[in-house]
Amino acid sequence: MAEEKNENQVETTGHVWDEDLEEWNNPLPRWWVWTFYATLVWGLIYTIAYPAWPLVDRATSGFLGYSSRAEVAADIDAVEQANASNMESLATIELASLSDNADLQNFAVNAGAAIFRANCSQCHGAGAAGVQASGYPNLLDDDWLWGGSIDEIAYTVSHGIRNEQSYDSRWSEMSAFGEILEEEEIAQVVAYVRSISNQEADAALAAAGETVFLDNCASCHGDDGAGMRDLGAPNLTDAIWLYGGSEELLTETITYSRFGVMPAWSEEFRGASGLSMAEVNAVAAYVHQLGGGE
Amino acid sequence: MAILDKHAALEKNATLLLVCSFLAVTVGGIVEIAPLFYLENTIEEVDGVRPYSPLELEGREVYIREGCYVCHSQMIRPMRDEVERYGHYSLAAESMYDHPFLWGSKRTGPDLARVGGRYSDDWHVQHFTDPQSVVPESVMPKYAFLKNRLIDPEHTAELMEVHSWVGVPYTEEMLENAEADFRVQIDPFGDIDGLLERYPGAQVRNFDGEAGISEMDALIAYMQMLGTLVDFSTFEADASR
Repeated sequence: MAEEKNENQVETTGHVWDEDLEEWNNPLPRWWVWTFYATLVWGLIYTIAYPAWPLVDRATSGFLGYSSRAEVAADIDAVEQANASNMESLATIELASLSDNADLQNFAVNAGAAIFRANCSQCHGAGAAGVQASGYPNLLDDDWLWGGSIDEIAYTVSHGIRNEQSYDSRWSEMSAFGEILEEEEIAQVVAYVRSISNQEADAALAAAGETVFLDNCASCHGDDGAGMRDLGAPNLTDAIWLYGGSEELLTETITYSRFGVMPAWSEEFRGASGLSMAEVNAVAAYVHQLGGGE
Repeated sequence: MAILDKHAALEKNATLLLVCSFLAVTVGGIVEIAPLFYLENTIEEVDGVRPYSPLELEGREVYIREGCYVCHSQMIRPMRDEVERYGHYSLAAESMYDHPFLWGSKRTGPDLARVGGRYSDDWHVQHFTDPQSVVPESVMPKYAFLKNRLIDPEHTAELMEVHSWVGVPYTEEMLENAEADFRVQIDPFGDIDGLLERYPGAQVRNFDGEAGISEMDALIAYMQMLGTLVDFSTFEADASR
């Protein structure tokens, strides 16, 4: 087959059209053919080096011993090793003295920022400014429900808020005053709360609301409405609101109460998916330096 | 090399070329695909993985219908950055009852393979209703309407039966109790023993906080169980898999 050759000594397929139009059958360039053979050899070596050939119950594991699972475990180990000494000091440090050690603090703030983005930003926002519509607190301001020192922040992170897994979690529970007060009294106390936070309010209603406030609210929010951190009772005299300070939202808060929760993040309560003590401390260090830390 | 010259015979005979191409593809398939079904290091059974409960399965249907998989993957690859952000890399066994699997290939939004337990139910309701209210930079559309669409579990058993045809081990008992299990999963005060026995680890509560079982309930039930079935404190990775 295909043995015919023309006067140029080039092999043809034997097809001829229009009397002299021939189909030549030149061989492929030699460099191309050898590259092709080289890829075959390369493929064979590759399947010997890496897991490939199926046998009876397992595939060959390849003489390089590669495994994607082992690789990711090694990657993680390497980073953990590199951070080990810093993480160890972070786990045991007195947080209040962290600022004395600039290197460690720098490490903690950066590690904390990464942890914050993976675990906290969902509610508190990537910039930590919170979401008022949902009662997710702003972490940038000076207003703290349970305390803004670095130790208090670490405690909140590890134990959570109204978290039933931990007896020691931050726990406050405001009554739903819709079941306790008359609608009129609620309107009065709303006006009073707006007046002490320097917002517009009906003076007569507010005056009547003071008594209602002192009888029902002052035990947690304080006589002056400035809140009590031991109880997690917010300061009502400033312009910072967890759910909103409008008449409508205050009425809703007082009538039905609020019950925002934050999970406990430490390994103690979340098992393997939780944060280690060093990670809790790191994220506390990050939140503490955002602007409101005390 | 005489045998290499024989290709001219193949190239000049269409039927012969077709038959030989088919043989070549068959050999390739037998070598590359068939072993995956029997090799020990491609099949890994993992404790804790179970078929979806009826409510979760309905939620998964909503997930598919709304095309969530177009923007969200459900596959954490074994790489350090992914493992540190999303959690333990996904195991094949974790999607063994997914027909079709929802690994996805695009991440406009984050991976959801381990989203279960990461957010509160309230957060999910708020986020589905108005994603930008909790994540200002998000481009996700609003799904507030899910709250108003109640699910009638009339066809849930049939849906489960279809899944059993393709290999999900739903038992007769599960199919018979489909409707009851569907209804009781949002009622912590109901008779949930049967549900928990059939679907260990199923989470029972009113997911959207409103009366009735809406698509919002089903979708959040599905979200909250994603990636939570395997206990990674006891799981030991076999490096050769």
